[in-house]
Amino acid sequence: MSRMLLIWRKSLNVVMLTLTGVAAFGVVAVLFLILGYLVWNGGKSLNLDFFTQLPKPVGETGGGMANAIVGSLKLLLLAALMGLPVGLMAGVYLAEFGGKTFSYVIRYTTDLLNGVPSIVIGIFAYSLAVLPVRHFSAVAGGVALGIMVIPITVRSTEEFLRAVPGSLREGAMALGASKWRTIATVVLPAAKGGIITGVLLALARVAGETAPLLFTAFSNRFWSPGWGQPIASLPVMIYTYAIAPYDDWHRQAWAAGLVLLALVLVANIGTRVVLSRGGGGRST
Amino acid sequence: MGATTHGNNATAARLAPQVVMSDKTSQASDKDALVRFEISDLNFYYGAKQAVFGLNLKIPKNRVTALIGPSGCGKSTFLRTLNRMNETIRNTRVVGQILLDGQDILQMDVVGLRRRVGMVFQRPNPFPKSIYENVAYGLRINGFQGRLDDLVEHSLRRAALWEEAKDYLHNSAFALSGGQQQRLCIARALAVDPEVLLLDEPCSALDPVTTAKIEELMFHLKDSCTMAIVTHNMQQAARASDFTAFMLDGKLIEHSETSKLFTTPTDPRTEAYITGRFG
Repeated sequence: MSRMLLIWRKSLNVVMLTLTGVAAFGVVAVLFLILGYLVWNGGKSLNLDFFTQLPKPVGETGGGMANAIVGSLKLLLLAALMGLPVGLMAGVYLAEFGGKTFSYVIRYTTDLLNGVPSIVIGIFAYSLAVLPVRHFSAVAGGVALGIMVIPITVRSTEEFLRAVPGSLREGAMALGASKWRTIATVVLPAAKGGIITGVLLALARVAGETAPLLFTAFSNRFWSPGWGQPIASLPVMIYTYAIAPYDDWHRQAWAAGLVLLALVLVANIGTRVVLSRGGGGRST
Repeated sequence: MGATTHGNNATAARLAPQVVMSDKTSQASDKDALVRFEISDLNFYYGAKQAVFGLNLKIPKNRVTALIGPSGCGKSTFLRTLNRMNETIRNTRVVGQILLDGQDILQMDVVGLRRRVGMVFQRPNPFPKSIYENVAYGLRINGFQGRLDDLVEHSLRRAALWEEAKDYLHNSAFALSGGQQQRLCIARALAVDPEVLLLDEPCSALDPVTTAKIEELMFHLKDSCTMAIVTHNMQQAARASDFTAFMLDGKLIEHSETSKLFTTPTDPRTEAYITGRFG
């Protein structure tokens, strides 16, 4: 009897270990499958033209997405300009100044905003920045992406500021620093590595957004000078090219996907390298 | 100099000259010019909870005053009222009077007060900057315009850290050992040339050798600085201080010269505490 029990326990152990292990492997496998497929398909159609040429007229093969690459960067710049100051400062408020009730309300609202479907944010940006001027524009796309950057920035900023030990704040204040001075010269520098990482994650997240751009930035098959006209972006180009009935366009959509991923990755790794070289952060 | 930091007798001998000027405990209230802090009827509240009750104390100039008592007796809270650090905690309230050189600190500009009354904390808390920038921090935020290098060196020398740190000034302060970090924090506090230095259990995270170094440092700083130190270590109070105040449950029980308090305490509770029967 007890022998049976022992065998049962042991086999259950093996079964559960296998199940959890397979699930864990599955997670990694999916990621690498996507990456591999993207590199395989995208790599094939990636060439210098892709980075330097405008899209060719419908029916002609070749051409590139130089305008969409620049467009995505411009949109991200706008999103950063609009979203980051608000997000960073609100994060500082929550971590350093906020009272109980008001902070709770802000935190809760931020989480709600983070959960709002991106297409809804697109509609909001549409009614805010497109309807009044009656045309699509880069600015409208920036507004949509900027709104999406805010909640992620707020929460990550707050979290990393809270991780700074209170004794550092006391040390600065005991030397006569005002609260703001303490935050600006001691707390923020101590948390800067984490905050920058959080900002990058936020920008990386919106870099791939398509839905809110469809009816704010729209798209453009040509260069979009300035900020007031419809502008191409990589995600929207991927969408347009992927559902088109041309094989050449499909190939370019894969390439665009790979470039988008590479952009995010390079920015992320680059910043990490700069941060670890710069020093000044908390070494443990 | 070695003798000065070791043992009770040396401490007592050192005290001899000043016994003349303050012959009684602080309750003997003749206003002499050598009082730096004069605290009268001080009450402190965390919200509804009172932590300090009707405390009266004089902290004499260019001397070390030790605050002893069991955990939670309010000695750290009291120390932190002296540079108004408690104001950084929500819902706290001070009732009473604290005079620094005759001026009411509660009426003072808090930045100016904290420049005059420096503080060293329990755990070394260097900023995530270089050694140099740590020391220069207080000078920079106070808009100091002179030669920073000289003052940084001077402050590090006063904190007995110069010889160890001079070749690493621009390295991260985190590379220093715990004891060196604490001396760096003392140097940082000294850089703005405070009249008073408050030390909140500065040695509780340090080993005995480093502790001895800091006590020796305190002895040398007396020429230029008034010090108040909170300590859990009664040997430290006996070694390093000139006056000792014993607190219990937020009240000041006894205050007198260290040699007197540790040899002939007047209150039975003080005697019970210093002989290790509680606390």
